[in-house]
Amino acid sequence: MKLSEVKEILDAEVLVGEHNLDREVYLACGSDLMSDVLAFVKDKVLLLTGLVNPQVIRTAEMMDIKAIVFVRGKKPSEEILKLAEEKDMIILTTKYPLYISCGLLYSKGLTGQESKQEGGHET
Amino acid sequence: MKLNFEVDGDEFILAGEASSQVKKILKQLGVSSEIIRRIAIAMYEAEINMVIHANGGKIEVEITPKKVYIVLKDTGPGIPDIDLAMQEGYSTASEEVRELGFGAGMGLPNMKKYSDDLKITSEVGKGTTVEITVYI
Ligand SMILES: Nc1ncnc2c1ncn2[C@@H]1O[C@H](COP(=O)(O)OP(=O)(O)O)[C@@H](O)[C@H]1O
Ligand SMILES: [Mg+2]
Repeated sequence: MKLSEVKEILDAEVLVGEHNLDREVYLACGSDLMSDVLAFVKDKVLLLTGLVNPQVIRTAEMMDIKAIVFVRGKKPSEEILKLAEEKDMIILTTKYPLYISCGLLYSKGLTGQESKQEGGHET
Repeated sequence: MKLNFEVDGDEFILAGEASSQVKKILKQLGVSSEIIRRIAIAMYEAEINMVIHANGGKIEVEITPKKVYIVLKDTGPGIPDIDLAMQEGYSTASEEVRELGFGAGMGLPNMKKYSDDLKITSEVGKGTTVEITVYI
């Protein structure tokens, strides 16, 4: 799915990377826990999160994640946006909450990593 | 090639800067993206641990054509029971750290998963040394 489509579906505002919206994402992941993103994400996904701090960008950088949607109307600080810009990322913000955002994208065909976690722990 | 970094224990915001630099350099050296990703995740987890559990420290990275060897040394509180700390989900992280999206107790298991060799030595009250090796 093109990021321009993601933008439209989530009625999102583009904070960084306006001119790169023709880039594609193939899977998405919604999480407020960067530890889990680091542990379980295998692909270069679109990350949706309600967590706003610079380590979200860092985590994305380490995972080669190139696009992030901040949900529930969250707007990262200038500092965070600058970091994202340096890393050539695309940052969107939507007013929808995390669950709805994921649902909207999923129903339009942007799915997630299918595999169930083996030997996972309860959280 | 040898690289040295100081990690500031008071600046959660800056945590990951060293890992970011190493990632950049490995890319310039033409290392495959799959290997870089493994190194980046393992080193980033270790760097974050230095900040959230141990007040920062020093990182030494040695890059040869065959491997990347990373040593992270801190003078924090140490780990009383390393086997316990290695278990998935075990964490002593504060509520504050959890609110920042960390402290799920997956860092050490992740380092083990993504490295070819992981060695942790620790002495309570003295500090912890984490050695990560990934073959290129
Ligand atoms: N450098 C360190 N200094 C002191 N304790 C540490 C260090 N690294 C890890 N630990 C201990 O090991 C536990 C597990 O670490 P980890 O698997 O990274 O989980 P988390 O960081 O989410 O707590 C930590 O909660 C902490 O008690
Ligand atoms: Mg950790």
